[in-house]
Amino acid sequence: MYRETKILNVDSKVSPIGGDLEGAVGADEGELVINVGPQHPATHGVLHLVITLQGETIQKVEPHLGYIHRSIEKMCESLSYRQFIYVTSRMDYLSAHINNHGCALCVEKGLQLEIPPRAQVIRVLMDELTRIASHELWWGAMAMDLGAFTPFFYAFRERETINDIMEETCGARLTMNYMVPGGVMYDIHPNFQKRVKDFIQLFNNKIDEYDDLVTNNIIFQNRTKGVGILSAADAISYGCTGPVARGSGVTCDIRKLYPYEVYDKVAFDEIIETAGDSYARYLVRIKELRQSVRIIEQLIDNIPDGDFQAKTKAVLKLPRGEFYSRIETARGEFGVYIVSEGGTTPYRIKFRSPGFSNLSALDHMSRGSKIGDLMAIMGTLDLVIPDIDR
Amino acid sequence: MAFLKQYISEIYQAVSSLLKGMKTTGSYFVRPKEIITQQYPDNRADMKIPERFRGEVVMTHDENNEHACTGCTACELACPNATIKIVTKFDTTPEGKKKKALDTFVYHLELCTMCNLCVEACPTSAIKMAQTFEHSVYDRSQLLKKLNKPGSKLRAGVE
Repeated sequence: MYRETKILNVDSKVSPIGGDLEGAVGADEGELVINVGPQHPATHGVLHLVITLQGETIQKVEPHLGYIHRSIEKMCESLSYRQFIYVTSRMDYLSAHINNHGCALCVEKGLQLEIPPRAQVIRVLMDELTRIASHELWWGAMAMDLGAFTPFFYAFRERETINDIMEETCGARLTMNYMVPGGVMYDIHPNFQKRVKDFIQLFNNKIDEYDDLVTNNIIFQNRTKGVGILSAADAISYGCTGPVARGSGVTCDIRKLYPYEVYDKVAFDEIIETAGDSYARYLVRIKELRQSVRIIEQLIDNIPDGDFQAKTKAVLKLPRGEFYSRIETARGEFGVYIVSEGGTTPYRIKFRSPGFSNLSALDHMSRGSKIGDLMAIMGTLDLVIPDIDR
Repeated sequence: MAFLKQYISEIYQAVSSLLKGMKTTGSYFVRPKEIITQQYPDNRADMKIPERFRGEVVMTHDENNEHACTGCTACELACPNATIKIVTKFDTTPEGKKKKALDTFVYHLELCTMCNLCVEACPTSAIKMAQTFEHSVYDRSQLLKKLNKPGSKLRAGVE
């Protein structure tokens, strides 16, 4: 059991819930246990952190999960292979498209479906737009964690443009449900290419603006450089993926290592920073924005003609067996594992969410730092709590 | 001496980086045209909602109060949340045969996640997504909707 709070001026030696209070007071003098969350604006959701402090220095961080558990994996067992995709939008709601894409890939793997080239390019375009939107929101929230409020509005201004593009083509702003097994739900909107090009033109200047505002800001740099250091070996042993591991110098971009769709045909760089501190993780995401723009620029004029959806049966049945597919979301590796008994619904589904593994490194990274740095470290992890809890 | 030099250069960098940030913020102050805030709900009249936007499921009726729903329950089976319930009845055709037809199309808006799977599943395009989005009501029972209008019947020729 963890120590909940330090109890001061206790007369009785027996706690109301039973058990000895002697142990709860804490072995070390001056040690303080405080709760951050589950209702705390800086934890971006219902995350509960139990922090053990010695003065202002963090000794231990224990994340307590389960406040937004919706048993999505169990729910998926009663849904058909077409239906379960929409639920995964509710896990990592900031990269809903990419989650749906990962599930669609896994079902297609089971069905051995050939995806039309047009659908593949549309999917990659949508993924990269989602990645920009997700990093955009992270950038605003990260600056807000450090006390800067204006970047939040700047980030939302550009994110709004992407949301409008999504709304026009996919029909929804956040939980699009645009990916279906075999392709995408409908063809792109006639305005899509023009609007994306307008956005890219506008966005290139905006990243420079972000650098002026936050990246090169001396207060920001002093608060993030050398804070929350995660070595490459630790990043691997904690199972960190995505920008968190790449900030520590680990090559882990699924788009490069196990290319899906058309990622092996486009030119882009995997961003690696070796410092392993908060600033390195920040730089990885900012540089990824430019790489996403680069991918979109290569594909937006080269959408091949043809079908946007492969012909599929009305009722999808996966053959008996186990299927796993992985995809790079804005936060790291997202895995879908389906066990099929040959029926219309999966026997078991397991999602490997990037946020869960990245959160597990928080304790290691923040030990020895000051309590004020904890939010800076958490901000660079880019946590989405529904993704961790599922 | 080296320490002093570094100290002064750090201060210079700090001040210049802060001024650079302030310049970005200040430049928006003199460019009010770039403000993108919308004054909702004052701009409700000229708001543009894309035609693909998924607000709620509606059933299309033509001018003769006829719809295209045959009561095949494809949408009910496609729905992941049991949002749709189709109640069928038996109509007698002029030849005297009994034929299954739609009685009530029950739609629970409070359960709907706007995933569009029912519209995709419909073989006769009887239902579609509407662009309405202001769904707040005072009582949950008001969200339970009957999509087929009273007195409506199946359009001739739709099987």
